[in-house]
Amino acid sequence: MAGASSHSQEVRPAILDEVNPVDIPRQACVDNNRSFNWITEKICGIIEEKTPTWWWVCFIIACATASFTFIGLGYLVVTGVGVWGLANPVNWGWAIVNFVFWIGIGHAGTLISAILCLLRQKWRTSINRAAEAMTIFAVVCAGLFPVFHVGRVWFALYPGYLFPFPNANGIWPNFRSALLWDVFAVSTYGTVSVLFWYIGLIPDFATVRDRAKTKFRKIAYGIVAMGWRGSNRHWSNYEMLYLILAGLSTPLVLSVHTIVSFDFAISLVPGWHTTIFPPYFVAGAIFSGFGMVITLMLPLRAIYGLQDLITQYHIDCMTKIILATGTMVGYAYGMEFFIAAYGANDFEIFAFVNRAFGNYAWAYWIMISCNVISPQFFWFKSIRENTTLVWVISLFVNVGMWFERFVITVTSLSRDFLPSSWGYYSPTVVDIFTYLGTFGLFSVLFLLFLRFVPLMAMAEIKAVTPQADPHHAHTHKAGSGDYVNN
Amino acid sequence: MADKFGILAKFDTPADIMHAAEKVRDAGFKRWDVITPFPIHGMDGAMGLKRSWVPRFTIVGGTTGFITGMSMIFFTNAFDYKILIGGKPLFSPYFAFPVSYELTILFSAFASIIGMFILNKLPMHYHSALKTEKVAEMSDDKFFLYIESEDPQYDDVKTRSFIEGLHPVEVSDMEK
Repeated sequence: MAGASSHSQEVRPAILDEVNPVDIPRQACVDNNRSFNWITEKICGIIEEKTPTWWWVCFIIACATASFTFIGLGYLVVTGVGVWGLANPVNWGWAIVNFVFWIGIGHAGTLISAILCLLRQKWRTSINRAAEAMTIFAVVCAGLFPVFHVGRVWFALYPGYLFPFPNANGIWPNFRSALLWDVFAVSTYGTVSVLFWYIGLIPDFATVRDRAKTKFRKIAYGIVAMGWRGSNRHWSNYEMLYLILAGLSTPLVLSVHTIVSFDFAISLVPGWHTTIFPPYFVAGAIFSGFGMVITLMLPLRAIYGLQDLITQYHIDCMTKIILATGTMVGYAYGMEFFIAAYGANDFEIFAFVNRAFGNYAWAYWIMISCNVISPQFFWFKSIRENTTLVWVISLFVNVGMWFERFVITVTSLSRDFLPSSWGYYSPTVVDIFTYLGTFGLFSVLFLLFLRFVPLMAMAEIKAVTPQADPHHAHTHKAGSGDYVNN
Repeated sequence: MADKFGILAKFDTPADIMHAAEKVRDAGFKRWDVITPFPIHGMDGAMGLKRSWVPRFTIVGGTTGFITGMSMIFFTNAFDYKILIGGKPLFSPYFAFPVSYELTILFSAFASIIGMFILNKLPMHYHSALKTEKVAEMSDDKFFLYIESEDPQYDDVKTRSFIEGLHPVEVSDMEK
C-alpha cells in the first residue's frame, strides 16, 4: 500500500508537499508531560478506589431529593394534572419550562462530543465523556415532563399515544404537529446520545476489564467491553464509525432544539411566532449546557485532582464559548424587540413591552442579568483564571436559562390577545417539588456514573498527548522515558 | 507447534510499532495485527489497510430511515385514515420532513454501529491476545504486534528471527 501512495505522488505531485504550513504552537491538552500509564492509573483509580465517604453522603442526599420528583409525579398520576398550577390562559407552565431547560442542558454534551470532534478541537477529549453522560441524564429528566403531562401516563407507554399506532378511535397521530416532531426528535436524540456514549466507552471498558482484580469485575466489564482488544484492524473501523456518529449527531443536535423551538414558533401566540427561534434556542441550549458542564466539572477536578487533565486551557475554551453564546442570546433578545417594533404589529409590540415592564418583569430582568450580563465577565483573563468565580458565574447561567424558558412560555400566555382572558400564573407546591427533585434524579445518575464508568475518555486523551504522535520521537529525540508516571 | 497462535512482540513507543508494522507489511504477511491502547495516526497506512467499509452501512441505514419516515407518514395521514386539518394537504414532503430527517439519523446511527460490530467480528470474548498476561499493558501504555501461525509465510524459526529483527523490547509466544 505504501507503493500505491508513493506512486500517486509521482503521478500528481501534491502541492502541499512543497508548502510548509506555519506550525502554530498548540496548547497542551495534558499538563506536566504525563505518561500514558499515569492517565490510565488516574482515571481507572477513580472507579477502582474504595467508595469515598463524600460519595455516600452526596448519594443519600441526591436520592432523598429525587424522591420529591417521584412523590410529585405519583401524586399527579393518582389525582390528575390539575395538581400542577396550569389554568386558563396559561396552559403551559413549569412542565414545558423544565423540559426545555433540561433538553438544553444536554446540548453541550453533544456539541462537545460531535461538533468539536468534527472541528478537531483536541481539548474536547478530557470533558466529552462526562458531558455526554450529562446529556443522557438531562434527557432522562426532560423526558419525565412530557410523559407525565398527559396525566394517564400508561397511554404514553402504551403505543398509541405518542407513537404512530392507531389509538382507541383508530386515528393516527397528526404529523403536521410540531409536538409530534418533538417526540421523534427527542427520542432519536436520546437514543443516538446513548449509542455515541457507549461506543466511546468500549475501549475504556476494555482497559478497566484488563486491570480488574476480581472475577466479578472482569466478567461485568468484559461483557460491556464486547471483547475489545485494541486491534488496529478494529480501530480503523471504529474511528470511521466515531467520525460518522459525530457527523450524524451534529445535524441531530441542531435539529432537536430547532424542533423544540417549533413547538412555540409554529403557534400564533405573540412573542412565540418568530423566525429567530431556532438559532436562538440552539445558541441558548449550548450556552446553558456549557454552564452545566462547568458546574459539574470544576468540583470534580478539585475532588479527584484532575488539574493536569482539565487544565486552565480547557476552562478558557469553555468560558469563551459561554461568552460567545451568551452574547448571541443577548443579541437575540435585542433582535426580538427590534423585529416587534419594525413589524408594527400591536400585539407583538405589546408582548415584548409587557415582557420587560409588565407583570413578569422581575423574571425578565433576572434572565437578562444572568444570561447577558454575567457571561461578559469572561472577557477578563483574571476572572477566567479564578476557578471559584467561574463556577459561580456558571450557576448564574443555569439560573438565567431556566428563567429564559419561563419568560418565553409564561409572559406570552398570560397576556395574549384578549384582556378579558388575561391571568397570572403561579406554580403549585407540586410543581416546585417535582422540578427540584429532577436535580436529585440527575445527581443520582451522575454519581452512579462516577463510580462505575471511566470519567474521561482515556484512549482519546492518550491519543492527543505529544508522545502519541509517531513522528514525535524523531523530532524531539525524546522517548517515552521522559514522561512522568507520578 | 500447531498449538501456537502466533508470535507476539512488544514495543515501547508509537514510532517503533509504526516502523515495525511497515516492515511486516512489506514482507507480505497476511494474518497479523497490531494492538495499541489508542488509535495511532498513520497506522492504517503502515499496515496497508483499505478505507473502512462502515460508511456503506451508513448510507443503507440512512436511505432506509428516510424512506421509512416518508412512507409511514403517507400511510398513516394520507392513506390508512385520512386526516384533513385546516384544509392542508393530506401529504406533503414539507411537514413530513422533520420526522423523516430524525429517522434518517436514527437508522444511520444504528446501521453504522451494527456495521462496525460486523466488520470487527465483535463481540468476541475469546481471543488469544486477551489470554496473554500482557493484556493489561495492551490497553494501557505498550504497543504490540503479532504474526499468526496460520499465515501462509509463517515459519517457526524464520518468522521469529524476522520479528526479533524489528527491535522489539520483548518477544513471546501466544497460546491458542
